[in-house]
Amino acid sequence: MSSDTSRSAPRPPIIEIRNLSKSYRRGAQIVPVLSDITLDILSGDFVALMGPSGSGKSTLLNLIAGIDKPDGGSLRVAGADIAAMSEADLADWRAEHVGFIFQFYNLMPVLTAFENVELPLMLTRLTARERKDHVETALEMVGLADRMDHYPSELSGGQQQRVAIARAVITDPTILVADEPTGDLDRVSAEDILNLMDRLNSELGKTIVMVTHDPNAARYARSLRHLEKGVLTEG
Amino acid sequence: MHFFKLITRNTLRHKLRTALTVLGLVIAFLSFGLLQTIVDAWYHGAEAAAPNRLITRNAVSLTIPLPKHYREKVRAVQGVKTVAAANWFAGVYKDPKNFFPQFAVEAVPYFSMYPEYRLAEDEFRDFLRDRKGAVVGRKLAQTFGFKVGDVVPLKGTIFPGNWDFVVRAIYDAGEEKTDTSLLFFHWDYLNETMKQRFPLRANQTGIFIVEVNDVDRAAAISEDIDKQFKNSTAETLTETEQAFQIGFVKQTEAIVIAIRLVSFVVIFIILAVMANTMAMTARERLGEYATLKALGFGPGYVAALIFGESLAIAAVGCVIGIALTFPIGEWFAGEMGTLFPVFEVSTETVALQAACALAVGLIAAALPARRAAGVRIVEGLRSIG
Repeated sequence: MSSDTSRSAPRPPIIEIRNLSKSYRRGAQIVPVLSDITLDILSGDFVALMGPSGSGKSTLLNLIAGIDKPDGGSLRVAGADIAAMSEADLADWRAEHVGFIFQFYNLMPVLTAFENVELPLMLTRLTARERKDHVETALEMVGLADRMDHYPSELSGGQQQRVAIARAVITDPTILVADEPTGDLDRVSAEDILNLMDRLNSELGKTIVMVTHDPNAARYARSLRHLEKGVLTEG
Repeated sequence: MHFFKLITRNTLRHKLRTALTVLGLVIAFLSFGLLQTIVDAWYHGAEAAAPNRLITRNAVSLTIPLPKHYREKVRAVQGVKTVAAANWFAGVYKDPKNFFPQFAVEAVPYFSMYPEYRLAEDEFRDFLRDRKGAVVGRKLAQTFGFKVGDVVPLKGTIFPGNWDFVVRAIYDAGEEKTDTSLLFFHWDYLNETMKQRFPLRANQTGIFIVEVNDVDRAAAISEDIDKQFKNSTAETLTETEQAFQIGFVKQTEAIVIAIRLVSFVVIFIILAVMANTMAMTARERLGEYATLKALGFGPGYVAALIFGESLAIAAVGCVIGIALTFPIGEWFAGEMGTLFPVFEVSTETVALQAACALAVGLIAAALPARRAAGVRIVEGLRSIG
């Protein structure tokens, strides 16, 4: 793996970021988090965003995922200018285009693995039968076909993250965003998750943007971006 | 489908918290129901009043009697069908706590005006034949075990002395609201006894009950009756039976208002408890709500989850509270003896309990739902981990 490289043939960018900036208000103070970010991420790429704490990598990921809004610049993801979208349109857009993998899995504790994976499908027009087929396929893909009826509290961290990945891919989203997906896992489980993400990218062609501190995790990415104090730097 | 699963399972997530909240709701709705029923019982007399019956009393005060000879003048007023003298007796049966209302009445006209008092013909005939005879209501008979032929000794308060009455008839309720906790005896017996014991108090009556031919002319007839006695030593005030009963209740209106107030205070307290529960619940799940929003569920879905949970808890508390209101109300009525002649949980009370539950469920969830629906996803996600 090397910085800013891709093994794929030239493909159109699925994420186009131009002069993006973002700041937060802390009391009376305005704290800049991202400054003048310009970046293209190609369809089918697996990008790792690295940087120290506070460098703005999670903020950039949130902006790409459409769960936060930039202060300036343009942000096109999957052909849509998401910076200009209303909250309601963004919600619909996320449901269709983004799969989320969180550090702490963010599963609904009162739903079983099956129900958690099925959750995003409730926003589609699929029938119960079709949803069942989709969920079973996704859980088989992540190796948890025999844990469908288990609640998150009955699963290990690695298993919970695999359920979360199944939930992330169940709607066949355009991009997968992963925020420290192995940050809460032991080394073996982390390897499992990263191998799974690698398969999603290489076999299914999923575009993945992953934020990580962990250089071992970053090794799985096809390309690497570094952020330092809110600015993209050469890795 | 997941919506209802999430509501049901979230409701049962903290079983102890939910159980304690439901317990609080049950007690609140039960108390509310009982207090409302007490208020209803207070107004029962007014509700049981008939529109074709008027009450003529002394214009100065109910405690000042009217001359008995007014009866004929009242009877002569156009539109008046029947007139009966009646006196509140206020005797004590063994102990003052054994309270029940007693009236001396002119039996034939009086009972003809109250068809809702259902009497067996032969028993009524026996009552008319016995000057010391009494008619008692079914509830009163059951409360004190009175049977036909039993002697009921009363100690007079307004009319001093010991008075013995023989139960000759037991009446049943002709309507749901008919009071069967009363005792009636002959007005003539009272008057004759007063002639002997206190001659100056003889030939006087507390009120006249007047039946009119035409309900629509009740107001005009009332005026005509009162005109008859204008500028006399005992001017009259005639009003409908319902107005008379409400006037009676109004004398104790402060108590009724206090009871009503307490019943709503109880609901307000449980609303505060419930709102606190829902606020805690929503705060704990902020990360989950943010995750749902990130997945594409709208703010309305998140708010609906909180409203659903709040309404589910309120509904369970309300249903149990309403279900318990009936047996506990029955027990309470039994303990109160004849204090509340009719103590029945009305449909209106049940509807009010349900409306309060709905209000509690909605209001308690309003702020937490607003906060959860409006939370920024990135802020909500930060609360996890």
